[in-house]
Amino acid sequence: MKRIIVCLKQAVDVSQLKVDPATRQLLVAGAPKKMSDFDKNALEEAIRIKEKFGGSVEIFTVTVTAEDVKAILREALAMGADKAYVVNDVSFKNIDTFGTAYVLAGAIKKIGGFDLILCGETSLDSFSGLVGARLAELLGLPQVGYVRKLSVEGEVVVAERMLENAVETVKVKLPAVVSVTREINQPRIPSLMMIMKASKKEIVSWVVADLGLQAEKFTAKIDVVEVLAPKTERKKIKITGESVQEIAEKLAKALIQEGIVGRR
Amino acid sequence: MSEFKGVWVFSEMQDLMLEMLRKAREIADKRQSEVAAVLVGFNVQGRADELIRHGADKVYLVDNQMLERFGLESYLSVLHNLVVSYKPEIVMVGSTRNGKALAARLATRLDVGVAPDCNGLNLDEQGRLIGERITYGGNAIARIAFKVKPCIVTVPSRVFEKPEPKERDGQLVRLDVKVEGSKVEVVDVKPLEMSSVRLEDADVIVSCGRGLEKKEDKVLLEELANVLGGVVGNTRPLAEDRKWFTEWVGLSGHKVKPKLYIACGISGVIQHVAGIRDAKVIVAVNKDENAPIFEVADYGVVGNLYEILPALKEALKKQLQ
Ligand SMILES: Cc1cc2nc3c(=O)[nH]c(=O)nc-3n(C[C@H](O)[C@H](O)[C@H](O)COP(=O)(O)OP(=O)(O)OC[C@H]3O[C@@H](n4cnc5c(N)ncnc54)[C@H](O)[C@@H]3O)c2cc1C
Repeated sequence: MKRIIVCLKQAVDVSQLKVDPATRQLLVAGAPKKMSDFDKNALEEAIRIKEKFGGSVEIFTVTVTAEDVKAILREALAMGADKAYVVNDVSFKNIDTFGTAYVLAGAIKKIGGFDLILCGETSLDSFSGLVGARLAELLGLPQVGYVRKLSVEGEVVVAERMLENAVETVKVKLPAVVSVTREINQPRIPSLMMIMKASKKEIVSWVVADLGLQAEKFTAKIDVVEVLAPKTERKKIKITGESVQEIAEKLAKALIQEGIVGRR
Repeated sequence: MSEFKGVWVFSEMQDLMLEMLRKAREIADKRQSEVAAVLVGFNVQGRADELIRHGADKVYLVDNQMLERFGLESYLSVLHNLVVSYKPEIVMVGSTRNGKALAARLATRLDVGVAPDCNGLNLDEQGRLIGERITYGGNAIARIAFKVKPCIVTVPSRVFEKPEPKERDGQLVRLDVKVEGSKVEVVDVKPLEMSSVRLEDADVIVSCGRGLEKKEDKVLLEELANVLGGVVGNTRPLAEDRKWFTEWVGLSGHKVKPKLYIACGISGVIQHVAGIRDAKVIVAVNKDENAPIFEVADYGVVGNLYEILPALKEALKKQLQ
């Protein structure tokens, strides 16, 4: 094991997203951003592998973005990544999963010399869960998704992955792409020392031209026609009373009147 | 005229294939085009009739020992070969974890887009296929159209209901396709312990969150669920952190649509709420009057679940007599 590449995305912090109640538009522009949760697990897993193998392993992160992502790259370096690559281009604003995977693949090829690529299973904001598999296809590599346990044994990865009704243990020869779930580990919080050390680590910035990519490839293949908050038409009736019994009786009555209980 | 024609369904799960056939039939009828089911596996010819009875005009059958169990590369090579040969306009892939990876790689090999996990699929006024999916952690629904064909969508289980089977004519097309070997070796499979009742099928779900202090206290929910003829659900931390359950309700778990969802000791974080949007009536019981769950509930009770649940059980018993 020489080099692990971790794909990182800066995501909208969806728990802090506000909605304009009049238009049902999301106020995305003003929302805080952070490293996508699952990607943080992927990075943590890379660091744990490195710790197991000793100092010879390098961890590089790769980010494709139209925004300024310095803060999350610094965070990644402080956690334990050795070097961060970012491909930055305004034309990535409307990029879809195809384009993201295509640019990631271009950057990863240029970096070269990797054994393992780690991704988060999906991203916190768009939640598509396609990029890991798309990336593997573009690089002609095997991919294992929904991995909750991972070990590197010589030239192979042994992974435990969750399916709908089973847990599979699989073996795959390196190089490979592995996408991890949030269960796999608890990401570390970097210490002040680590944060200071990270400021000396390198961030490499590339533009599309550096990678020699074709623009028509990363223009989106899908068209997002509309993104709106769902209509919530809930009654929001508060049931109150003098005693727990009174409240319970009122609630029971309401449920019976709704016709959802007692009529089977 | 586009050279792409027909609506296809594929899943390694037969039930999911039947569910998708309902939607495929509806879209194909509007398009005056045909529905084909892609049946891949080993000794699976017997399933073809069922697919036809549920709405397929054609079944493309690829039966090969190498396809006995799902392998990404092997299934992908078959599906890719078929799509390139027959050029469907729309390909619906069952959104299982394996199916999603398959759809992603198929789309990449074809240079096209994917709308994943569609809870809605419709044609707009211009006849374009529009996929609807939950995004931004449950804060929004995105409507997605396609710029290139075929349009690939993935459809989760239980989004559409299986159609009523009918006696109808269909064509079985047996194909011999070269199968790639799989690069991932499965060395062990352990079935997951699942609750006996599928949450998606339940009419009533009494669900608990971190407000539940001990695993044993689950009995409070079970007793209430019994009176209501329902099942017990839970939030992700109870499964992932406390390991009391193996499954959970929400964005990354089960999306449920019961007639009644009672959320007890659940804060109402967006990722949980995304899974219960389709519930007919939501009741929230929470100690904290400012808990966001009250914003999405029809009936809210500010109080201790340890007091409210037993009292509610008794009140229902009394009133239902
Ligand atoms: C990418 C991602 C995906 C996720 N997917 C899911 C998902 O699919 N499903 C899911 O559930 N979560 C999911 N989560 C986790 C989610 O963000 C929340 O952490 C989780 O839903 C909170 O669970 P909770 O409501 O049980 O706990 P808490 O948020 O801790 O809430 C507990 C509530 O119980 C109340 N309470 C405490 N004691 C009592 C009592 N005695 N009586 C009454 N009320 C009481 C408290 O007031 C509080 O409101 C996801 C998170 C991420 C980042």
